[in-house]
Amino acid sequence: MRYDDLLDSVGNTPLVGLPRLSPSPDVRLWAKLEDQNPTGSIKDRAALRMLVEAEKDGRLHPGCTILEPTSGNTGISLAMVAKIRGYRLVCVMPENTSIERRQLLAVWGAEIVDSPAAGGSNEAVRVAKGMAAEHPDWVMLYQYGNPANAAAHYDTTGPEILADLPSITHFVAGLGTTGTLMGVGRFFREHKPDVRIVAAEPRYGELVYGLRNLDEGFVPELYDESLIDARFSVGPRDAVRRTRELLEQEGIFAGISTGAILHAALAQAATSVRAAESADIVLVVCDGGWKYLSTGAYEGTIDEAEDRLEGQLWA
Amino acid sequence: MAVEVRIPTILRTYTDGAKAVDGHGDTVAEVINDLESRHGGIKERLVEAGDLRRFINVYVNDEDVRFTGGVETPVKDGDTVVVLPAVAGG
Repeated sequence: MRYDDLLDSVGNTPLVGLPRLSPSPDVRLWAKLEDQNPTGSIKDRAALRMLVEAEKDGRLHPGCTILEPTSGNTGISLAMVAKIRGYRLVCVMPENTSIERRQLLAVWGAEIVDSPAAGGSNEAVRVAKGMAAEHPDWVMLYQYGNPANAAAHYDTTGPEILADLPSITHFVAGLGTTGTLMGVGRFFREHKPDVRIVAAEPRYGELVYGLRNLDEGFVPELYDESLIDARFSVGPRDAVRRTRELLEQEGIFAGISTGAILHAALAQAATSVRAAESADIVLVVCDGGWKYLSTGAYEGTIDEAEDRLEGQLWA
Repeated sequence: MAVEVRIPTILRTYTDGAKAVDGHGDTVAEVINDLESRHGGIKERLVEAGDLRRFINVYVNDEDVRFTGGVETPVKDGDTVVVLPAVAGG
């Protein structure tokens, strides 16, 4: 396939069957390989769209500095687009994220400001909002509340899946900014409302929930719970186990959050089998495993991998 | 009927530091009332006007109760109820 520019190649990712993980011929799992985007994650879609919209409405012009709170992938995607379009990028990132994410941000020329590990991404958001107030000329695209994040998935991810698999019954994705689920969820509500939208949310170690008070809790402004039908919390043990199953049985080398999504998808598949219903369940492979090799998720026992992920922001 | 209720760090002041406590009841609301009888003050940190507070998430066997009937979600012996503050991803 030929494109004039790398940015034109974002999206249009393959949808592949998972015949060995599917529980029966009537209940089938399918994986949307978002790791095949230019920087290797689904975030390329949102990053490109947010940046293009900000250029269109005049907020961004050449020479601008972009600021973004991110646990990694959105920052890496933005860094790639910003490099091509000529912007400086400053990412605020929790310090308990994998070394590979830092290395990749540096490769694409982004500057990193650390936020405290305790509180996870909530703290990154708080620090970034403080910096935005100090630098009114910087542009924060703010993935948690930017409608362009969800719009990218409404306009591309959802339609691609429906075109490839008109018989889809369930869509399962990770819940972080909520952009993927909100965009694809809204698309299916409007175009095939019987599709069930299922969220898999990573459950981290205690450190990440170590807020000073409950009012520091955070729900992304994009989140509309009417667009999803079920939401599962998946801990590191199940996420790692499923990540390894995906590798062992289907040969797909995915990141750890994909394991959490597969876990929710398999629970949904088991429910369909029990109800003697046929199902075509689409799950998102958010990124490849490359960025998580240093976490030890792919080696040793599950117990060891779980211990090593304690306190890490692994999704 | 006993369920295990996992308490986040920030609410352990109500449970003498315990990470998990036993709860009794047939629904999440009944379990919360039961907790309140032994850990006074915890209920108002979890619910407001009969609904879960905005920044509180409650999961029964890993499923968010907001999609299974809210505080009226049934629980049964041996279930695990996890309480967590809402945090960002991305």
